[in-house]
Order: sequence, then C-alpha cells, then structure tokens
Amino acid sequence: MKSPQERSVDPAAVEMLQHAAAQKLPVAWDRFEAMQPQCGFGILGVCCRNCTMGPCRIDPFGQGASEGICGADADIIAARNLVRMIAAGSSAHSDHGRDVTHAVLIASEGGDYGIKDETKLRALAKEWGIAAENKTARQIAHEVANIAQSQFGQQEGELRFVARAPKLTQDRWRKAKVVPRGIDREVVDLLHRTHIGGDNDFRSLIMAGVRTALADGWGGSMIATELSDIIFNSPAWIRARVNLGVIEPKNVNIVVHGHEPVLSDMIVAASHDKELQALARSNGAEGITLSGICCTANEILMRHGIPVAGNFLHQELAIATGAVDAMVVDIQCVMPALGKLAQCFHTKFISTSKKAQFPFAQHIEFDEGNALNIAKQIIRTAIENFPNRDKSRVTVPKITSPLVAGFTAENVFTALGGRYRPSYRPLNDAIITGRLRGVAAVVGCNNPRHQQDQGHLAMTRELLANDVLVATTGCTAIADAKAGLLCPEAAEQYAGEGLKEICRAVGIPPVLHFGACVDISRILVVLSNMVAEGGMGESLADIPAAAAAPEWMSEKAVAIGFYAVASGAYTVLGGPLPVQGAAKLNKFLTQDIAEIFGGKFAFQDDPVKAARLMLDHIDQRREALHLPGPMYQVPYAPRTAEAAVAAAG
Amino acid sequence: MSRSVISAVIRGAKGFVAEAQAQLQQAIAKHGPDQKVEFPGTAFQLPMIHALMGLEIRKLGELNAVVEHCRGLLPEDPAERMWLPYLGGGIDSGIATLLATEITCSVRYLNGFKPEEGCTGFISDTILRELGIQLVDGRMPGFAAILGPAPTEDIAVHTVRELQKRSILTFLMAGRDGKTMKQQLDAKGVELGWDTYIVPVGSDTHCGIYILDWAIRGALTFGGHKKGDWRNCLKYCRERVFAFGITFGPIPDDWYAVGAGAIAMGFPVISDHESTPEVRPTGVTTYEALVRQTDHSQLVPTCIQVRGVKVKVEKIDIPVSYSPAFEGERVRREDMHVQFGGKYSSSIELLEMADADKIIDGAIEVRGKDIDGAKEGGAMDLGVHVQVAGRKMKKDFEGILERQIHRYCNEAMGFMHTGQRDQVWSRISKAAFAAGFHLKHVGVILHAKLHDEYGGIVDKVSVTVTTDPAEVKALVERSRPVFNARDERVAGMTDESVDTFYSCTLCQSFAPNHVCMITPERLGLCGAYNWLDGQASYEINPTGPNQPIAKGAAIDARAGEFEGVNKAVFDMSNRNVERFAAYSLMQNPMTSCGCFECIVAMVPEANGVMTVNREYGGETPIGMPFSTLAGSVGGGLQTPGFLGVGRLYLSSRKFISAEGGLPRLVWLPKELKEAIREKLTRRAEELGLKDFVDKIADETVATSSEQLLEFLTKVDHPALKMDPLI
Repeated sequence: MKSPQERSVDPAAVEMLQHAAAQKLPVAWDRFEAMQPQCGFGILGVCCRNCTMGPCRIDPFGQGASEGICGADADIIAARNLVRMIAAGSSAHSDHGRDVTHAVLIASEGGDYGIKDETKLRALAKEWGIAAENKTARQIAHEVANIAQSQFGQQEGELRFVARAPKLTQDRWRKAKVVPRGIDREVVDLLHRTHIGGDNDFRSLIMAGVRTALADGWGGSMIATELSDIIFNSPAWIRARVNLGVIEPKNVNIVVHGHEPVLSDMIVAASHDKELQALARSNGAEGITLSGICCTANEILMRHGIPVAGNFLHQELAIATGAVDAMVVDIQCVMPALGKLAQCFHTKFISTSKKAQFPFAQHIEFDEGNALNIAKQIIRTAIENFPNRDKSRVTVPKITSPLVAGFTAENVFTALGGRYRPSYRPLNDAIITGRLRGVAAVVGCNNPRHQQDQGHLAMTRELLANDVLVATTGCTAIADAKAGLLCPEAAEQYAGEGLKEICRAVGIPPVLHFGACVDISRILVVLSNMVAEGGMGESLADIPAAAAAPEWMSEKAVAIGFYAVASGAYTVLGGPLPVQGAAKLNKFLTQDIAEIFGGKFAFQDDPVKAARLMLDHIDQRREALHLPGPMYQVPYAPRTAEAAVAAAG
Repeated sequence: MSRSVISAVIRGAKGFVAEAQAQLQQAIAKHGPDQKVEFPGTAFQLPMIHALMGLEIRKLGELNAVVEHCRGLLPEDPAERMWLPYLGGGIDSGIATLLATEITCSVRYLNGFKPEEGCTGFISDTILRELGIQLVDGRMPGFAAILGPAPTEDIAVHTVRELQKRSILTFLMAGRDGKTMKQQLDAKGVELGWDTYIVPVGSDTHCGIYILDWAIRGALTFGGHKKGDWRNCLKYCRERVFAFGITFGPIPDDWYAVGAGAIAMGFPVISDHESTPEVRPTGVTTYEALVRQTDHSQLVPTCIQVRGVKVKVEKIDIPVSYSPAFEGERVRREDMHVQFGGKYSSSIELLEMADADKIIDGAIEVRGKDIDGAKEGGAMDLGVHVQVAGRKMKKDFEGILERQIHRYCNEAMGFMHTGQRDQVWSRISKAAFAAGFHLKHVGVILHAKLHDEYGGIVDKVSVTVTTDPAEVKALVERSRPVFNARDERVAGMTDESVDTFYSCTLCQSFAPNHVCMITPERLGLCGAYNWLDGQASYEINPTGPNQPIAKGAAIDARAGEFEGVNKAVFDMSNRNVERFAAYSLMQNPMTSCGCFECIVAMVPEANGVMTVNREYGGETPIGMPFSTLAGSVGGGLQTPGFLGVGRLYLSSRKFISAEGGLPRLVWLPKELKEAIREKLTRRAEELGLKDFVDKIADETVATSSEQLLEFLTKVDHPALKMDPLI
C-alpha cells in the first residue's frame, strides 16, 4: 500500500489520508490499489462489448485474435470506444449548458434567478442578431434563451458560436466537414455510428467524434459559460481561500459538490438568509460555512469568493473530517462511495439532481422553478443535523492557502488597459517580444493513478519557470490554488524573468483561474481574441500555445481534449487515451490529425517531460511566426528544430 | 506597471480628483451652475473631456458629471499582499487625472488665471494648426514634456540642446521646491519660445493637461476622429504623436498620476532617477512605458529609442551638393583625386546589424590615412563598415540596406560609385576634394540617408571608414562568410520549398493593374527584388507593396499556376487579370509595369525566344529594338509571347519552364550574354546541354530572322528540335 505521502503532495490530503487509514475509512486510493492489476485490454482500448456476439478482444501481441467476431480490427474497436467517451463527455457538459439555459428561461419569466449581467446579455444578443432596442433585460433574456435552447435541437446549419473562432480555424473545420450542426444531433449521430455494423472506418469515426467534441467546446460548454455569466453574473477578480482547512469546526458546514451553478449559486444566496443564520446559532453553531468541491466550487468561487474545500480526490476526505453536516451534490464526478462513507458519520449526503441519484443519499430534488425554497430547505437540513455531530470525531487539517480567481475573456481586456485602453495588445506584445514564451492551458482532473496534484504542479512550475503564462480551470485550478500558485506573489517565486515582468506590470498571478471545466470555453475565446488582436497568426493553431491535462480521468476530459486538438491545440495528456492497442489510430491522433486541424495529441506521464514537449511546440510556433526566442535566459532553452525532431524520434 | 508605481498613481489621481471636485463646488457656489467655462482660443471646449467623453462642456454645472465619472474610474489601492490586477486601474487613474486637471484648470481660467511670465498656459487651436501638422506629418519628429528642474544648469542646457538638435519640440512644466527648468535655462541665457522649440508651459503639475490637450486635439483635428470616440483618439495619439515625458529627480505621486495619463495616451516616461521602478512590458505604449536612464548624456537618446521617435536628418552636412541628379555622374581619370577598388586596390562595403547598446548613433570613425595624403590620381584601399541597430532591424535586412550604399554615395556630387560588397570601385573628384570632401563624409551620408529612408527599422547607425590596408583586409575576411551566407539563403531556395510568394505593387502608381509575383526562383522583373527582399520589405512595412501570398493548391504546377496566387492577382490587378502562370511565356504570362530589365520575346521562325536588355539599343532579329518592344509589353497587360523579366531569371530553373525553359533561348545581346555567361552555362549543364551558351546567337551574328535561323541551324541549336512553341 502506498503511503499517504505517495498518494498526494497536498499536506492536508496527507493528514486526512493518515486519519482515514487510522480510522479504517476506505477511500478511492484504497480501491484503486485493490483493483490492481487493471485489465490490459481495457487500458489498450481493444475490448468491445457493443454487441452480444462478443465480448471480443484483440490480442495486442499479435498471437491471438486480430479481429472481433464482426471483423472489426483493433483500430475500429478502439475508435468506437473512444468516440463513445466523447459522446458521454460532450453530453455531460452540454446537458449542463441545457440546464443553465433552462434557468435563464425561468429567470426571464421572473422566479428566483435574476439577470445579473445585463451588459453581457446585450452583447450576446447583439452577437446573435437579436434586436434589443427598447426591450427589457428579461425580454432579451427570453429570446437569448430560446436561441440557446434551439442550438441543442438544431438539425442543420452551424452552431452559432463557431463564428467566434478565427476564420482560418473555421475554414479548416468546414473543409473537414466537422462543423457541428446541433448539439444533441451530433451525440446521436455519433452513437449511431458505433452500433454494430455502423461506421467502421476509424478516421471517419474520429471525425464524427471531433464534430461532437466541437459541439461541446464551441456549443454546450460555451452556452453554459455565457448564460451562467448572464444570470449569475460574470466573475470579477476575487480573493478566497482553499483546502480542507476552510471547513470551520464551530460552524454548520455545507459542502457543495458537483458542477452546476444552478444549484450552488442559489445555496449561496440562501446561506445569507438571516433566519437560517439565526437557526444555525440556535442549534449551537457560530454560523454557516459554505464551501465547495470540484467545479461547482469553482463556479461559486469565481462569482462569490466562496472557499474551496478541494478537488476531485478531496471529496471523501472532506467527509472524513467529521465536520461536514451536509454534502450536497448535483451532477458529474460525484463518487457513489460517498453515501456509504457518510454513513460512518453524522453527515447528510444530499443528492439533488433528477439525473443523479446515489446509494445511501437523501434525495431533495432541485427544481429551478422553486429554487430558493429548496436551497433553504437543504441548508435547514444541514443546520438541523449540526447537533448530531460527534465532536470527538472531528479532524480538520489546519491548512488553507489564499488565491486570486475570477479571470474571464472579457476582463482580460480591462486587466490590460482599464476602461479606456481595453486591449489584448500588451498580452500579444509580451509574446511577440519574447517576454512571454507562450501561453498554456493546464486543466483536468485528479486520478489516483498519479500522486494527487503532483502532475499539475510539476508541469505548471516547469512552464512558469520557462516564461509561459498558464491558464487553468477545474480540478487543476484547485490543485494550483492549494499550492499557492494562484497568488500574485507566486510570480516572484516560480516565474521566469519575462513572466515576472508581465505579472508585476499587470498585477496578475502567473497562473490565471478561468473557472470550471465548462469554462475552458473562456480560454477558447481568449485565444480567438489574441488572434484577432494580431501578430499571432491567422488560426488558433498558429499561437505559441499548448494545452495539457496531466491527471485526466473523465470522459469529459476526452471530449475537451478532442475539441482542443480540433481547435488547433497541441494537447498533452498525462496517461494515454485508450488507443495504444490500435497502432494506426494512435498514429492518427498523435501525428496525422495535425495536418487537418493543426493540433494533435501527445501522451506523456512525466509532467516535466510533458511540459518540455509543450515548450518545444511553443518554440516551433514562435519560429513559424518569425518571433525571436525568449527575451531572458530560461532553464529549458529552445532547441533547434532539427534537435527537436530528433528527440521526438 | 509595478505595484508601487500604480499605488503612487492612484494616490496622485485621488488628490487631483478631490481637488477638481472641491474647486468645482467652490466655483459653482460662487458663479452658479450656468456660468460659462472655457479655455481661451479653442473650438473644442475642454478638449480632453470632449474627445474622451464626447461632452461639449460649456457651463460649470455640466462638469459635475465629469467629476462623477472620474470618481468611478478610481480603483482601490493595490493591496500589500494578494493584490488584484492593477494595471487597468492605473491607466484609468491616469485618465481620471487628465479629466480632473482639465476641470481644475478650466476653473482657474474662469477665476481670471493668467499664465506665469514667459509661460504659455493653455495652447490655442492656432498654434495647434501651425505646429501640430508638422508633428503628425513627421516634419517635427516628436515632442517632449520635461518635469522638474535638472540636477544642474548644465544638464538642463545639454538636455534641451540635444532635443533641439533633433527638431523635437520641448515643453517645460512642473517645478520642484520653487525651482524650475525654465529658471535654469534663463540663467544660462538659453532663448525660449515657440521659435526655438523650447516652450515653458507653467510651473505646476496641472499644466501637463495643456500639453496633453494639445496632443488630443491632434486626433480630433488631423485624425478626423469624432468626439467621444475615445478608442480611436487615444490610438491616434499612440500611433501618430511621438511624445514622451522626461522627469528629473524622484517622482512624486502627482507626477506619477499625470505620467499615467500620458502613458494612457501612449506616451512613455523616462526618469533620470535611480529610485524609479521601470515598467518595461509593452503594449499600452508602443515600447516601454516607464524607463530609467541615470546617465544624463544618454537621456535624450534613450527617450528617442523608447518612444520610437524617428529622427530625420534635415540637411546632409557635406561640402558638396547632394541630389539624385548626380547619381549617373562619371568621374573621369583626369578629374580624379583618388580611387578605391576596381583593378587598382582593395575596396569593400559591409553593413551589419549590431546590438543597440554597442553602437552610438551618428558615430563616424575614419581610420588610417585620409585622402589628403593620397597621391593625386592614385589608388587607396577602402573599407566601409556600417553598423545599424533598431528594434525592428533583422539580419535579413542587412543586404537590402547595404545595397543602398551604392545609390547613397553616388548622389554626392563628385563621388562616383559602382559595384557592391568587395567588388566596389569608387572615385572622388578633384573638385570634391577641393571643396573639402573627406572620407568622414561617406559616413555622414550613410548615417543621414539610412535614417531618412529606413527610419522604420533603423534607430542607430554608426560608420567606420578605414584606409589601413591591414584593416581593409580584415574586413574582407570578416565579410566573406556573411556574403556567402546571404547568397546561400537565396540560392538554396526553390519555389517548391515555400508556400508563400510575394506580390509587388510598387509600380501601380503608373501601371495601376500590374502585379509582380515574386517567387524564390523568379525575382521581380525590375531585377531589384528577390523573394527574400519581398519578405523583408513586408516585415519592414506590413501594409506596403509587398504582401505574402499563400500559393494555395496547384492548378498547374508545371506552368506555375496556383489557386491562391490567381485569387490574389485578380484582386490586386483590380479584377483585370484572372489567371497567372509564373513560369509561362504563352499561357497567362505575368504582366509588366515598365521597369523590366529585359524583355523575352517569341521568335516564331526559330521556334524559340530572344531576350533583349534595356541597355541594348540596337536591332533585334524580330525587327524591333527594346524601346519598341517595351511599348507593347508594359502597362499591366497580359501579352502572350512577350514577357518583362529580371536578368537573373534567365538562368533560373523556372525560366519559361512551361515552354521548355532555357533551351528555347536563341538570341541575346552580346554584352548581356557575357555578363551572365557563367550562370547560363551552369544552368545549361544542369540540363545536360554542352556548349549551349555559344549556340545562342547575338547581334554579331544575327540581327534578322534569316541570319538567326542560318546561325541556329549551323550550331544545331536545341530549340529547333523542340515541340512547336505555338
């Protein structure tokens, strides 16, 4: 069994893992170890269960079956499996977007949600050609929501946000026939293809997968972000704290976990309720502490500065503190293990989504039409549970870190130029002059396959030291925050000279937190704005930039990876996609696909080596744009193109 | 901006905004809200408010809204720890300062303010028109605002003289402890005023707004931007008004605030004090925003570099006349004082890019004997080594700039110059020597002209001229790998190795529908621009006449027809030329402007082509001299069978390759044939043709088609056996 220190680099997690081991509380790491050895066929992507002639599996050593009963070879099987992951991941993000759209529709008719950012609403209305003069915000919101809803069911044409991409990027999509027609349609189309006897060409399958992934990044996810900003307000720069130490033993602790702000934002609103505050005091608590896990935490962090208890692998550790009176979950990345674990404590495990129910959970179904009342009911349940807490079993690590969050594609303009000089020019200039070597998006999950957070942190620190500005979202953002990388002071400690100059000049941390995993759409808009500002080439693929998900595990991450690659990003995954038993498919994804979109995948477990692959790519982009090398000396100096090719084999 | 700077800016801005509010309230209490408020001599009311907020302020009461706006612009002070992004807030504070000081100053005028003795106060529209136009059209390279007295009177004088020397208008403002630079200059007897380009504005910090009001009216008057179009007004200032601030001594909060206003307009600030933190990242200003230069002798050069001011040298200070009229002038042996190179001695020119810190602009050094010591009519060795530096300078531009030395030197009366690199041959006439021309004047000419014509990329030029044989030899040695590298870069390139060609529309002023398409293997028809030059020219001027054209998919790779090129040619030829084949004489050939070095023309009888160069005045086998042919080739028309080309194209692998290439060439003027014999021979050998160049007829054997055919038959010219040309 691995020691707590081998399981996580986060000292709070280490402390809780020691506690859990002492208390014999099972956690994901234990189950991971119990699962070893994991199925090699599954890892390589060469087993197929798509019909009951099978299961079939291809022998990767070439001694057994080389094709399934229907005749599908390793490439077909792995591609079918892979695109099914895309379909699921894209569905998750997009259904989230649909729920937000539904909330906007409710807000447009009154109800508990308001229109919080009218400027953004009007800007989107203008972008979508909605006549907004002499209309109230609600009237406009109604039309915007209707159009957004139609994007899901649209049968023909192109998704509207595709027009946000640089023209050359759009042209590449059109030429490859991967412009998504409608969000739901692409998922159905894709799943249809993977049925027995459907699409049996791995390239054709992957292209359909790309189209579905683009329907996520430039469709469902982007709708989720844009419409969330309209009803919950656009994030602004904000300070907060992170890690398990934000759980306050003297208070009623409610931890929200999952992904949709539709629930969590309303719980934030309800937690300010005076009656509930009084109720908490009358139950012996000093107050109510709300904190979050995973992306719903990021949503309310970005907009309200609500503290973050942790990322994906912290969900069980939070309950193990014994101080959580209610863990309230909605959708995605919620472990079914939580229910049983909560049974070991007084903790109420409350599920809220009609789409996601759990063993040993109390289900309080959330309804956007009656949002505030339900949110209050949830908080009341938690408060009333406070007296049941066994104080002798409370162990909260006294560890937190400060952070700055709240970056958006829009407030990058004001960060760099204020009200009168809003511009991406200083950012582009920084890259053009070589102060910044480039930009990188480091995002993704936790995965017990890796020491928790180590992949994110080692990669990010290597990038910072080499003058790469890092954008982050999701569980990576939380990992970075726990390690102090989201503090503006972190620039002095971790950044190279050029990045340091930029951070000092603008007042930013070297790692910018753009929000939840759906908010990777913000990064797509940022990159598009950079191309529009000029000097960064004509397509997203031309920018000296790279992307990575060092600890990825979810199907959403697969969908994200594919829309990133199709948008032109060189995307490094820590741990390969399950395609390594399919040689042609593997080569297609890591080489040939770049000829179509400019982006491609690379697989590299070692986060520092992965960062250097990203740096090599950034240097190649710089060279193609005729940009000089880094302005200051960097620890990983640019290599000549030939050397890079030789090293890549 | 660094946090301490922004904190100071915000503190300063808060002070100005609070003051404006108090002054306004007092004035309203005294005069009422309907009291008229204005600056003298302007049609733009309060110009900054007019430009940025779109308000035409005429009454006191209307200023309340401006104060409110200023307050809204002021951010919180950046925290000591865990600060939030502050750059935007700092710029906003700068803008708030501009608006607030404009309010305060307008109230002062209302209260009967008179500028201090010898100071201008608010600058009128009249002066704006007189001097501002010079500023935006480049005659006046820029203006400076100086804050504070200099550490000594001598430094004050030195600084303004340095600015004067460069025709930069200097405003003086903001004293310290009762001392001003105006007093320092007065004490030294420096003449001040508009005529001497040194203009005291006032002694406090507020009067910075008078200077910046002058600049912003440039955007409204000369830029034609509308009131309230803040984005374009500020952009205009950054891109067209080359202003900068100089501060002496430690910078107090109120200077920081005004400085942030200047920076928001794109004007950098250069401080002489060691306590000033630098803000070097670019983007708000074109180059660095806040720079420290504690060496007072380098203060003005630093300003010029930081603002990107392009210094023009008005008059080339040499003792002989200088004009393009002298370009073709010959210096005959009997008129010659001394000569360099040719067959007589060693002469070389080398221009190299240097580190900006390593060279001093205008430094000219003559080493070895000058021409006083020359034996009359004799020869000396000569090495000219030019070093240039510039933010936009690139190694690739060296060849382009170096090639200008020929023209620059020739334009001096009594200086004859031919050749280039280590093949230079030049002469200085007795008359020029008698007039006082010396070798240092070569440096003066090159410094002035490179600044004049390549100011966009060149910030500094220094020239070393040497006649010392050992040094000349060393320079030749040094140049060899440089020249080789330049040649190899072009020579090694093929059209297939690039995905981009360069268009050239330089000549559209007189041939409006003509577009040259320059490829690695087909240089421009004028012979002056190859593909790398097109690329360099595009980098020097991205909106200029040379644009990168993505080739796109090949329609006919053999004839050199590409989708992307066709599209670009169609657009650039004003929709006159729909298809263009780069390597063809017969099918969709390239059009010509009129500058071609040579004309390639079909000779149907010989089943081949002839080429005649501009210098050849005699008859050709097709019965038309160059001048007659030129009439039918130029003007941007596609004339199958006729082509204007650069002479180097004749030996290119792509020379009319669609029609079979070089073997088609049946006639050349002798002089041209000899000049490019080596290249033609090499290409012919590549094609497996033996003694081919001698099979090409010239005017000594044929000036009619009959004579030509007779000669070709005699030598068994390959064209006769090729597929029919038509």
